Amino acid sequence: MLDEKTITDHGLTSEEYDQIVRLIGKHPNLTELGIFSLMWSEHCSYKSSKHHLKKLPVTGKNVIQGPGENAGIIDIGGGLAAVFKIESHNHPSFIEPYQGAATGVGGILRDIFTMGARPIVSLNSLRFGPLSLPKNRAIMDGVVGGIAGYGNSIGVPTAGGEIYFNECYSLNPLVNAFCLGLAKKDKIFYARAEGEGNAVLYVGSKTGRDGIHGATMASAEFNDDLEEKRPNVQVGDPFREKLLMEACLEIMEKSLIIGIQDMGAAGLTCSTSEMAANAGSGIEIDLDLVPQREKGMTPYEIMLSESQERMLIVAKNEKIKEVQQVFSKWDLEAVVIGSVIKGGNLIVKSSGKRVVDIPVNAIVNLCPVYEREMRPPESYAPPLIIKEIPLPQDYNSSLLKLLSSPTIADKKWVFRQYDHMVQTNTVFFPGADAALLRIKNQKRALAISLDGNSLYTSLGPKTGGAIAIAEACRNLACVGAYPAGVTNCLNFGNPEKPEIMWQFQQVIEGIAEACKAFEIPVTGGNVSFYNDTDGISILPTPVIGVVGIMDDINTAVSPGFKAKETPIVLLGENQEELGASEYLKHLHKKEKGCPPELDLIKEKAVQKLCLEAISQRLLLSAHDLSEGGLAICTAECAFLSPAKIGCSLSLSESMRTDALLFGESQSRILVTVDKTNLERLLTLSQEFGVPANILGKTGGDRLIFFHNNKKVIDTAVKDAFNIWEQSIPDFFEPK
Amino acid sequence: MKFGVVVFPGSNCDSDTLYVVKEVFNQEAEFLWHKDHDLKNSDCIIFPGGFSYGDYLRSGAIARFSPLIKEVREFALNGGLVLGICNGFQILLELGLLPGAMLRNKNLKFLCQHVNIRIDNTDTPFTLAGNIGQVLSIPIAHFDGNYYIDNNSLKDLHKQNQIVFRYSEQNGNLSKKSNVNGSINSIAGLINKNGNVLGMMPHPERASEAILGSDDGRVIFESIIQYFDKVKKPQPC
Repeated sequence: MLDEKTITDHGLTSEEYDQIVRLIGKHPNLTELGIFSLMWSEHCSYKSSKHHLKKLPVTGKNVIQGPGENAGIIDIGGGLAAVFKIESHNHPSFIEPYQGAATGVGGILRDIFTMGARPIVSLNSLRFGPLSLPKNRAIMDGVVGGIAGYGNSIGVPTAGGEIYFNECYSLNPLVNAFCLGLAKKDKIFYARAEGEGNAVLYVGSKTGRDGIHGATMASAEFNDDLEEKRPNVQVGDPFREKLLMEACLEIMEKSLIIGIQDMGAAGLTCSTSEMAANAGSGIEIDLDLVPQREKGMTPYEIMLSESQERMLIVAKNEKIKEVQQVFSKWDLEAVVIGSVIKGGNLIVKSSGKRVVDIPVNAIVNLCPVYEREMRPPESYAPPLIIKEIPLPQDYNSSLLKLLSSPTIADKKWVFRQYDHMVQTNTVFFPGADAALLRIKNQKRALAISLDGNSLYTSLGPKTGGAIAIAEACRNLACVGAYPAGVTNCLNFGNPEKPEIMWQFQQVIEGIAEACKAFEIPVTGGNVSFYNDTDGISILPTPVIGVVGIMDDINTAVSPGFKAKETPIVLLGENQEELGASEYLKHLHKKEKGCPPELDLIKEKAVQKLCLEAISQRLLLSAHDLSEGGLAICTAECAFLSPAKIGCSLSLSESMRTDALLFGESQSRILVTVDKTNLERLLTLSQEFGVPANILGKTGGDRLIFFHNNKKVIDTAVKDAFNIWEQSIPDFFEPK
Repeated sequence: MKFGVVVFPGSNCDSDTLYVVKEVFNQEAEFLWHKDHDLKNSDCIIFPGGFSYGDYLRSGAIARFSPLIKEVREFALNGGLVLGICNGFQILLELGLLPGAMLRNKNLKFLCQHVNIRIDNTDTPFTLAGNIGQVLSIPIAHFDGNYYIDNNSLKDLHKQNQIVFRYSEQNGNLSKKSNVNGSINSIAGLINKNGNVLGMMPHPERASEAILGSDDGRVIFESIIQYFDKVKKPQPC
């Protein structure tokens, strides 16, 4: 029997160990313990989150595959299915930013093509600490380089995403990678080891000692032994993955296989046991047959390795040769390492000995589920007394300061490192409200938005969760797409802390409520707990990915002003809200107050109005109001206009000028419209019950704002643009 | 006419290029697998962009050892049209079909963005439909596009009028700023002495449909097709 230290070193509690002994009817040997350690880790088992995730709506008439598989799938019409998912790679990206981020991209790509879909777009959601610290710049430089290095090489466009900065991510950056692929609806593959006697093939890269215990690492907090964990991070080889992708898609196109699963977290362990468990069968493999990169690897190491670019395939014996021919064409190995067996056990042999013999059901499905204690933090939302916030003396300088906040500033320094055009489907480049991709030879298009404001979720977790969904959908509406499916990546601290669990539960409730309102299903995602370093947790950070469908790509609308002398109309209404705003954080150094209120009925109405106006081709531009409020939104519309057209706006609400300019009230969209269509837009707004106010018109080369007839902002578009554009590069390329 | 698009392991603009010549320009086109020895009667061979062999060792360095290279080399030496785009340009340099070499971009980062390039030579099969001084907006997407050549050879390039495209401002002026990757003399594309092998870093296949933001790249494919129609097609007696 293994000693207590070995058991705790594997991240298992003594209760969990006793449970294992009961389930398998014996004391596990070291390799078996390693298998349970991985599969019962938080990362693989969702043991703390399962209970709460049940609240999310997962069904809908367009859902082909909900949560539980490698990725979610929705029917997008025309015989096509969109296969998509978002996943975190936070822990590895902190330890080794370049490889951590690169393998995050590699992993999510495999999740997509495993199901028979060709990946057509990647996006990612990143969180870093303040760039004033060199360590954070090094992390960001590495992460962006890693995403670019992998995605560019494999030839999948990285068409956007979002980046936020906050002190809490200083020692805990977040890297959430999203990928979407297209498959024929009737040609989708699943991770199932069906049919006794069928062959189990190992394909792709050889197995090495890298990444052993990656999933366990991702299920614990970090402290100062960080450097020791570097070998736990895998090394990516995008070229190998490109070959693997082409070979896999080719065998699937030729219908040569029965089931397939990528080897991601927990490698060979996870793929063998999950494929068997999903099919209610057993699986037997011989480790002597597994291609290995180095000599003398123990069964423990081979089973736990997280070497990248590997897949497990189940095929009928008569197809083995054809499968091998395809892999050989792509200069890859495809080796039979075992077979599907009767009964329900995972049997692993090495040097003629049986080194593992345990029921797959126990590994995959019987991990204990926890309903962990929850408790609101004592002071989670320090109240904001708005009168205590001094009014700025000079709104010009407030605007310029806010434009230089890295969270708001131009992200071109990042996006131009990504090949966002390969595959020639990207219609809207990074920086638009949503990534927009055409589908060749079709009118239909896909739009994708990622969203998640952790200031909101830390100060009001439930509202913040709902806003993340609402804003992602609003972004789609601004382009002209309606939401069809959701994937989420839930990044939180240590779930064993009752305050963290409470945040998690609240955020889930908010997400669930908003999804129900929009009638969109959550088709999968990922939970990343233990984002803590030295006992300090990150702010709760749900990242929402919403996939939208556009019926006619020719009607798509982008955010930049298109012409001079066009009326500027605000859809929705301004409220005096400053809580949790970027303005408070960046200019007043306060993370306080409640996030803006969200009324889901109003939100839906404004989005429906925008969609209708776009489909009637009434709008010239549309941009959603988010961080930095009306002033920042307006400035961005000017910056994103090819001719850098300015504008003049007259506001007349009776409220604080700073709240009016920089407050982040929800359910607002700024649009421009040709004069001849103005009346139609206003009538349409009335029909939808949405307030629509003409704020001013485009023209000139300055950004001018009046509040109650007093000029509060007057600045050259060019000057403001330079500040916005140069803020991030200035941290990396000192003059 | 018929285009052959070569597929190396790691090519990733092969499908984009095939799509453009086939669907946008309605020409015959086929993939040519790098392990074969068959050019399938193509009239113009395209080395597409991507990361052939992962760009390991050096961009384009390993692709030159692919079996099909033997046939492409003979085809080129016999005057056949060969177009190398991005990684394809890098391969042409490694093959020695074009002179010079690529360094890392001057900012040491991958760059993906629309750039302006000026046509400096329309006396080629690849640019005859354009005008001297015409500025095209075409995207680049590369890490190693900083073209370098020694001084004497550079003089030769000028003398022989081999420089076809140069990075420029929108008005056609050359500047340090418009020379995004730091190429010597802002060179974005060049042709061999015989005038049948062109290498260019920008991706014309990404700028051949207005919906993608620019269709300025069409002029390159249109030139090739016009050239073939006028010059190569047997004229009726």
